[in-house]
Amino acid sequence: MSLAAQLPALQIVVPLLTAPVLVLLRGANLAWAAATAASVMAFVIAVALTLEVQSVGVIVYEMGAWPAPFGIELRIDGLNALVLLVITGASALTLLCGRASLAGEIDPDRLALFYAAWLIALAGLAGIAVTGDAFNVFVFMEISSLATYIIIAAGPNRQALTATFKYLIMGTVGATFYLIGVGLVYMMTGTLNFADMEARIGEVTDQRPILVAAGFITVGLALKAAVFPLHVWLPNAYTHAPHIVTAFIAACSTKVAIYVLLRFDFVVFQGNLTGHAFQFASFLAPLALLGILIGSAVAMFEGHLKRLLAYSSVAQVGYILLGASFASKAGITAGVVHMFNHALAKGALFLAVAALAMRLSGLRLADIAGAGRTMPWTAAALALAGASLVGIPGTAGFISKWLLLSAALEQGPLGIVAVVVIVLSSLAAVIYMWRVIERLYFGTPAGNALSASEPPWMLVAGVWVAALANVYFGLMPGLPVGLSEAAAEELLRHLP
Amino acid sequence: MELLGLFNYWVFAVLLMVGFYAVIAKPNMIKKLLGLGIFQAAVFLLYITMDKVEGGTAPIIQPGVDAIYSNPLPQVLILTAIVVGISTTALGLAVVVRIYEAYGTIEEDETQRQDLDA
Repeated sequence: MSLAAQLPALQIVVPLLTAPVLVLLRGANLAWAAATAASVMAFVIAVALTLEVQSVGVIVYEMGAWPAPFGIELRIDGLNALVLLVITGASALTLLCGRASLAGEIDPDRLALFYAAWLIALAGLAGIAVTGDAFNVFVFMEISSLATYIIIAAGPNRQALTATFKYLIMGTVGATFYLIGVGLVYMMTGTLNFADMEARIGEVTDQRPILVAAGFITVGLALKAAVFPLHVWLPNAYTHAPHIVTAFIAACSTKVAIYVLLRFDFVVFQGNLTGHAFQFASFLAPLALLGILIGSAVAMFEGHLKRLLAYSSVAQVGYILLGASFASKAGITAGVVHMFNHALAKGALFLAVAALAMRLSGLRLADIAGAGRTMPWTAAALALAGASLVGIPGTAGFISKWLLLSAALEQGPLGIVAVVVIVLSSLAAVIYMWRVIERLYFGTPAGNALSASEPPWMLVAGVWVAALANVYFGLMPGLPVGLSEAAAEELLRHLP
Repeated sequence: MELLGLFNYWVFAVLLMVGFYAVIAKPNMIKKLLGLGIFQAAVFLLYITMDKVEGGTAPIIQPGVDAIYSNPLPQVLILTAIVVGISTTALGLAVVVRIYEAYGTIEEDETQRQDLDA
């Protein structure tokens, strides 16, 4: 077999095998170089897989040449490809430009170990996105979660430790719920392969265990995805993690959980449980709407920049799920596109925050006042990414909000409520992003904002690449929208 | 008879809730981790119970012996899940040690109070 045929496996293997090498290397700079190389390679593999999915359709890879359902199957369609692009792109970009910021926050002796944990997290996330096996998802989920706890706990303040502990408890409960659900499905069907489950659940005569399994899996993954009101771990974890880590996990960790949620609820359960679409929508739509409103409202009154953006993430997870809960092609397309666009916007914003943090004494809104004059490039990128978060036309955020609004309008009375909520929350986003931008540009400089200079050019370049990606995908949304439409069709084949 | 036949599943449900209660209600972080351990152990029991086939024996194929075998797959799965559980507990304990060094306490409400005061 040629190397190209092995790409799905290499997607996991490259970061996973580089990690122990880093532990042996020990030198901080060497470790950074190797971790970045592995991440960039993972990104290249993801791009190659995306191109292949676009040209030939679904890629199936039999791990160890054991045919499914006996062996573990890696399966990549449009949705997986999009998630892979987000994960590996976020990792490559944040590592490429984040070296100076990370070196300032983490003990140099531990940097090599930190990068190793980062790569394991990347391998776990990529593993979730490529595998077609429900138990394999659990294992990769725990690999990525455990590694994520480690890189969050590397934050400089002691609050990072308590935030990690909270995340660890809630994350493990979520994963265990998922495991119970998978166990119940296995008990009734005798299979762990997604495609095989889909075919066999229909033969089960007693549907009750499957229904219970659907409940456990949905709630467990909602915990991992920080769906309101299960989001309480997220603001502290985002706020106290090292800034570059926040940029990485904000771009991908919740998205991956949402991906598994969509895969399970639409592909496995949808065709086999009576009234599942209605149950799914009536469970998640209210939570999504509440999450959007409350996340945006809290963000409006938050005084700490990272915490403000973290609460905004709670609202954005709501947008993604709101799209999915419409259970229509337009709705799912909008949700999946927003998954991609929100990763772009939040990744760029948190990178800009990392750049600000390198030169300023703190990240409260009072601390960043006036930094727009001394750090013009960083501030401009932050404003651009903020515009994408709000949904200004010409940016990526606009595309997904537009798709979401048009999907909502198809939905009748519920859709009107959704439209009102989306508009209100967009106004709230204007307010909270404006508070940041107003302070940056028009605030009276205090403390070391007066003497601040631009951070290292690598970081500024990274922030700008991310910010310009928002504009690029705002003007040319073909790639994410095309993949999302393919994904929506794949997910909706069970709906009439 | 129905009750006894489902005995393992009742134990699963009770253990799950006992562990979950400890995770939610106890402010002490070590007790939370203990609760998490019980919570996970309950799920191990669920998997191990479901693989039992009545009259089944250990799934080792021997020539000339025609027996009913129990399903080995859940046991393999749960071996993996146990490893995951151990790693989680180890990492959790390591974090608690660091929290104790930083705060001088492992009571969650106390650490929150210290953060608010600071």
